[in-house]
Amino acid sequence: MNLTTHYLGLELPHPFILGASPLASNLDRVRKAEDAGAAAITLHSLFEEQGLRQEAGLDAHVHAYEESFAEAGSYFPKEAEFHLGPDEYLAHVSAAKKAVNVPIIASLNGTHLGGWSYFAKEIEKAGADALELNLYYQPRVSDETADNVETRLEEIVKSVCESVKMPVSVKLSPFFTSLAHFARRLEEAGAKGLVLFNRFYQPDIDIEDLELKPKLKLSNSSELLLRLRWLAVLSGRYQLDLACTGGVHKRDDAIKAVMCGADVVQVVSELLTDGVERLSDLRCEMSRWMEDKEYESLAQMKGSMSYRHAPNPEVIERGNYMRILQSWEPADSID
Amino acid sequence: MNKPSDFAITDANEAAASVAYRLSENIAIYPITPSTPMAELSDEWSQAGKKNLWGDIPTVVQMQSEGGVAGALHGALTAGTLATSFTASQGLLLMIPNMYKIAGELTPFVLHVTARSLATHALSIFGDHSDVMACRQTGFAMLCSNSVQESADFAAIAHAATLESRVPFLHFFDGFRTSHEINTYEPVSNEVLDQLIDDDAVKAFHDRGLTPDAPMIRGTAQNPDVFFQAREAANGYYDALPAIVDRIMAKFGELTGRRYQLFEYSGPEDATDVVIVMGSGVETCQQAAEALCADGRKVGVLAVRLFRPWSLQHFIDALPKTIERIAVLDRTKEPGALGEPLYQDVVTALREAKDLGKMASEPTVLAGRYGLGSKEFNPGMAKAVFDNLLGSESINHFTVGIVDDVTHRSLPVDEDFKVASGDEFSAVFIGLGSDGTVGANKNTIKIIGEETDNCAQAYFVYDSKKSGAMTVSHLRFGPKMIKAPYLVQSAKFVGIHQWQFVTKYDVLKYAAEGATVLMNSPFPPEKIWSKLPFEVQQTLIEKKLELYTIDAYAVARKAGMGGRTNTIMQTCFFAISGILPKDEAIAKIKGAIEKTYMRKGPAIVEKNFAAVDMALSSLYLVDLPATANSSIAFPPAVAAEAPDFVQRVTGVMLQGDGDLLPVSAFPVDGTWPCATSQWEKRNIATEIPVWDPDVCIQCGKCALVCPHATIRCKHYPENALDEAPENFLSAPFKDRKITGHRYTIQVAPEDCTGCGLCVTACPAKNKANPREKAINMRPHQETVAQEKMRWDFFQELPRPERTALGLTTRDTQLREPLFEFSGACAGCGETPYLKLLTQLFGDRLMIANATGCSSIYGGNLPTTPYCTDENGRGPAWSNSLFEDNAEFTMGMRLAVDKKTEMARRLLQQLTPQLGDMLVREILMSHQKDEMSVFAQRDRVAELKRKLIGMDEPAAKRLLTFADFLVRKSVWGVGGDGWAYDIGFGGLDHVLASGRNVNILVLDTEVYSNTGGQASKSTPMGAVAKFAAGGKETPKKDLGLIAMGYQNVYVAKIAMGASERQVIQALDEAESFDGPSLVIAYSHCIAHGYNLNFGLQQQKLAVDSGHWPLYRHDPRRIERGDPALQLDSKAAKKSLQEYVDNEVRFRSLAQVNPGRSKELINRAESIDGDQRRLYENLAQVNKPKDDIGEPI
Repeated sequence: MNLTTHYLGLELPHPFILGASPLASNLDRVRKAEDAGAAAITLHSLFEEQGLRQEAGLDAHVHAYEESFAEAGSYFPKEAEFHLGPDEYLAHVSAAKKAVNVPIIASLNGTHLGGWSYFAKEIEKAGADALELNLYYQPRVSDETADNVETRLEEIVKSVCESVKMPVSVKLSPFFTSLAHFARRLEEAGAKGLVLFNRFYQPDIDIEDLELKPKLKLSNSSELLLRLRWLAVLSGRYQLDLACTGGVHKRDDAIKAVMCGADVVQVVSELLTDGVERLSDLRCEMSRWMEDKEYESLAQMKGSMSYRHAPNPEVIERGNYMRILQSWEPADSID
Repeated sequence: MNKPSDFAITDANEAAASVAYRLSENIAIYPITPSTPMAELSDEWSQAGKKNLWGDIPTVVQMQSEGGVAGALHGALTAGTLATSFTASQGLLLMIPNMYKIAGELTPFVLHVTARSLATHALSIFGDHSDVMACRQTGFAMLCSNSVQESADFAAIAHAATLESRVPFLHFFDGFRTSHEINTYEPVSNEVLDQLIDDDAVKAFHDRGLTPDAPMIRGTAQNPDVFFQAREAANGYYDALPAIVDRIMAKFGELTGRRYQLFEYSGPEDATDVVIVMGSGVETCQQAAEALCADGRKVGVLAVRLFRPWSLQHFIDALPKTIERIAVLDRTKEPGALGEPLYQDVVTALREAKDLGKMASEPTVLAGRYGLGSKEFNPGMAKAVFDNLLGSESINHFTVGIVDDVTHRSLPVDEDFKVASGDEFSAVFIGLGSDGTVGANKNTIKIIGEETDNCAQAYFVYDSKKSGAMTVSHLRFGPKMIKAPYLVQSAKFVGIHQWQFVTKYDVLKYAAEGATVLMNSPFPPEKIWSKLPFEVQQTLIEKKLELYTIDAYAVARKAGMGGRTNTIMQTCFFAISGILPKDEAIAKIKGAIEKTYMRKGPAIVEKNFAAVDMALSSLYLVDLPATANSSIAFPPAVAAEAPDFVQRVTGVMLQGDGDLLPVSAFPVDGTWPCATSQWEKRNIATEIPVWDPDVCIQCGKCALVCPHATIRCKHYPENALDEAPENFLSAPFKDRKITGHRYTIQVAPEDCTGCGLCVTACPAKNKANPREKAINMRPHQETVAQEKMRWDFFQELPRPERTALGLTTRDTQLREPLFEFSGACAGCGETPYLKLLTQLFGDRLMIANATGCSSIYGGNLPTTPYCTDENGRGPAWSNSLFEDNAEFTMGMRLAVDKKTEMARRLLQQLTPQLGDMLVREILMSHQKDEMSVFAQRDRVAELKRKLIGMDEPAAKRLLTFADFLVRKSVWGVGGDGWAYDIGFGGLDHVLASGRNVNILVLDTEVYSNTGGQASKSTPMGAVAKFAAGGKETPKKDLGLIAMGYQNVYVAKIAMGASERQVIQALDEAESFDGPSLVIAYSHCIAHGYNLNFGLQQQKLAVDSGHWPLYRHDPRRIERGDPALQLDSKAAKKSLQEYVDNEVRFRSLAQVNPGRSKELINRAESIDGDQRRLYENLAQVNKPKDDIGEPI
């Protein structure tokens, strides 16, 4: 079965790629992902904020003790802190690129305009094939209007795309007032692809210790539906490549995503649970299913169930939403 | 002398080490102040693959002590490799036995020494010649350099000369004054070294190395028939040496243009008065002499370069023929000698010269001492030495730089004497260690010294505190090379980077008339005048100073720089000092920022740029009124109720005027009063904890972890609050047995360092607002007044009876700590253990303290943190050395045991007179718990009452020793550098002795005091100095070694993991009648993380299996139980989780992730093996007696 697909200018043998996660955080894992047949590997994010915090931490807890006592001008070898910060990430990009033959997609989360484009350039220099901008951002409670948020994000994308030659995709959250319109703005800003959607890690509460506990809850297939809806809406509307991320666990999840228009599917939670080897299973299962159903190629299937091609597109619209709600009946015990 | 075209700006340590490294093949190192940077640099260069002159990378090995270094060097030299090392002070003394061997075997070798005081009545880390002078008999040649330039040049000359002469060299320069002075100098290039070093001599040395391919024997034992002759056989080598050095100096002069002589005279040829001196004092004396010559005096200075061997001919040739009077300055003291060594050599040389007819005149020779322990020596003091030669009442064996009002040997000094500084620009900056002032000044030196035609010099003075330390930076810039090895006295610019110093100290004393002053002030420019003390206002007016001000705190906050005001203040300095055109200076600052931070991201760069721009727009010139009108005065250094000694001595030192104290002010034998830290109100915290009685569960954890004993707990009868001030906080005491009592937790607001450990430790949360706990940090400024009032009243409240208190955390914290307000780092992980020790046994505690952090915060003046209880009892403390502390502890034990033994014998002897019952009760008392000790004290009090009325000699003798009938608790305390490395041999012996000696190892897993060098306790995979590539060997298991003796109590403890186990272990160790070893996990600034989380990190260390908790108690064997009991479970978290939190591990993970992973995995595996071994040991029962088969 011809599963070839194109994403961010890269020709990929199939649509299964490793999503941004700790699964590619060291070279061993990167090599394992290639061995498992990942079509491309997305690295974990470089957080500019982390560098700022690290610097503030070094100032407060390392530098503050330097040059203040006659017997000790410092407490670490000179080299020790030199490599802390973005260098580590850039070195990883470079090493990953050298270690494997599959495309390496770096991921970046900046905090300010200059930072985004500076680190994008550094990542390109380090050899990444493409860059995924992780626009995860929590506006302060009441400081910013929705329009301002969109404009600022658009500026970031524009500034990055003007700074680098490598293709750039944008990973979004689903919470935009007018997502399709915003997608167009991003395309005009130079983005080559969208990654739908970022997941929010919401802290839990420890009621004994009265503390918020950061919690990583892995995705499941039920989260796919939101992605499918927006893939279907956006598919074919712009020139943007589409990646589905969040909720792809089974063969059918991937098939649905592609049918709704995804050029690639990013898999993370499934691999964290069952091992990176699941990638090749998924690929084989999809291939077999398509053979059974006598598809010619992935290209034939791609977008077949999008808003533009689905036989019953009204299901995606509000009318259907109303109907579903009304059809839902409470259990007998609830009056 | 003009600035050389090829120049560098660094200190003498780096300048000398750069040469030594390039001329060596093997380097053995051990840290000791102030030579440590030379060892650190060598290690870093070796790690980085820097090559020596011959293209090889020198091997750098760290040894366990300087004695070990000397042995390793001797071996490396014997087997024929070029070797070097660096040391000072006690370290040098430890090398002396090998120095005799190395010299006796005519082995080319250079030892570079930063000359430092030897510990006598007190330790001093600072400079003088007492260490090197203790080596003048070893057979080493001794070459002294006087400046940064000379330290590099003479390093090269020494290495060349030792190879040609075969005589080993001790090359030395003044500790701190030269070793740590940053100055512009011309480095010695490889080309120069290549031409200076004789290849044939190198080959001959290599060929002489022992090898089984052509075997020879060295180190024979010789008998009376030949030893003497053989000892004299090397004479010719010493006779030839001065000419060799002279020749090499001449060759060096040809190669570099810098010409030196063995004895170098400067001054008029017809001088009548000459000062002979060695070290950094030479340039000071030269400056004074030049000024005096300009006034018509005929004075000169003779610098001694090659002190050993002393060349009579060169000495006589160098002296002016017209000489009439000589003053010899020694930077050392030899009590009881006719004079100090340089003086004695000069006198001997003059006498021999006369006898040999080499000298016609017979000049008067006066001897003097100066500069001991880095005492300042400036041109005014040098002038006093010249003046002393003239007077009809000259003082011989004088001192200069102090006021000796006891033996009246000190010279009067003309304080107003200043030498011309020409085009030099001088500046003084006063800051806090943590604000980065010194770092910014080093950056300023780079900007001015490297990017302009100016030369630069800098010297930094620190106080002895590890938290909230004051730093004073002395900077000079000028077109010519700067030769002024003394502090800036009249600065053209004074920067006061912390407002607190303006109101406490006379900081304007550094300012020259018309100088520019920059103050960091929290007040707007129009308000600052009214906030200045009267004295400061007056000085501003009298000296016609120009005052600028900036609120750098606010700018830093706004720019997101936290407490780092350094870049802001540096910008202001450049903006107003005029040393560079303002725009050029700002561009250079921004260039430096970009260079430093760009790799970390533009956000950081822009943040710093913003700080620079904001600094310029927030800087104001203050319009000064014509007269002073302030009602504010400098506060007294100590409270009026402080004891007399504290008022007269400690208070003056606290004011920064210790230099002014005369000899009579001091104890003659180094014995100082305890409990003086309470009078030093440092107020260094920006936030302090405030108690919330409604939330508190009264567990005492906050007090337990407080490193500075600033959090105290008490319960007391309710009526004790009758006189309580308004708002004094208390809560009903939660106790099942005691009713009607109140409970208070109180912070000492002026002594707290604001570390926040207490808040992190507090387990109680406010249910309505869980962000708040039972103790919460509040701004110091807003709370200090109220808390001070509360603290004062709290101290008056009665204490609970000690005998009624148990060993729970809460109860231990109701006991009075007898170690308080030390100068330890904020958040220190060591001091909570020491404080607890004093709470448990403080009234009967004797501490022998190894040199290191704990001896510095425990005994570095001005103040003393060990204090006394209401009966005047408390820890008796002393520090001997670094290497001998276990032995020192055992010596104390021997003394206590002997005194007790004598008292018991006398008691028995006097039974008829004293009464059988009292004697028997005293002798039978077990004193294993508090109740028993207190009961014994009552008996001994009764005994003493009876003895006072008795006339027998035995009774009088018993009275002397009677207090030793009460149990004493003897503890040896020190860090891992001591216990694992330098002191291990002694520790091992003491543990094996069976004596009742307790050892507390405050294990930070690194040499903390000297700046983070690896010890054998450093964990595998951690980065430390001397292990920059990550330590690749496992942490030594000191506890297991001690367990091997069977009869040693051993415990491994970590307060953050189990307070109960810590208390139990200390109590059991103390009660065990034999040797005890307690190893305490101590978090440290050298681990690199926010020490607020020190306790959590301790718990992670235990939970990850890195730091297993256990107690090995030989008493359990007698009960049929295994001696070892494990107090922590097998690892339940990964080691990675623990190491990821600390810079010492993470930096390796980032530089070399593969190596880090491998080392951490191996360490985890070793931890697992260790755990299994312990589990097996914990099941080893003593075999039950065979009682045969049941019938």
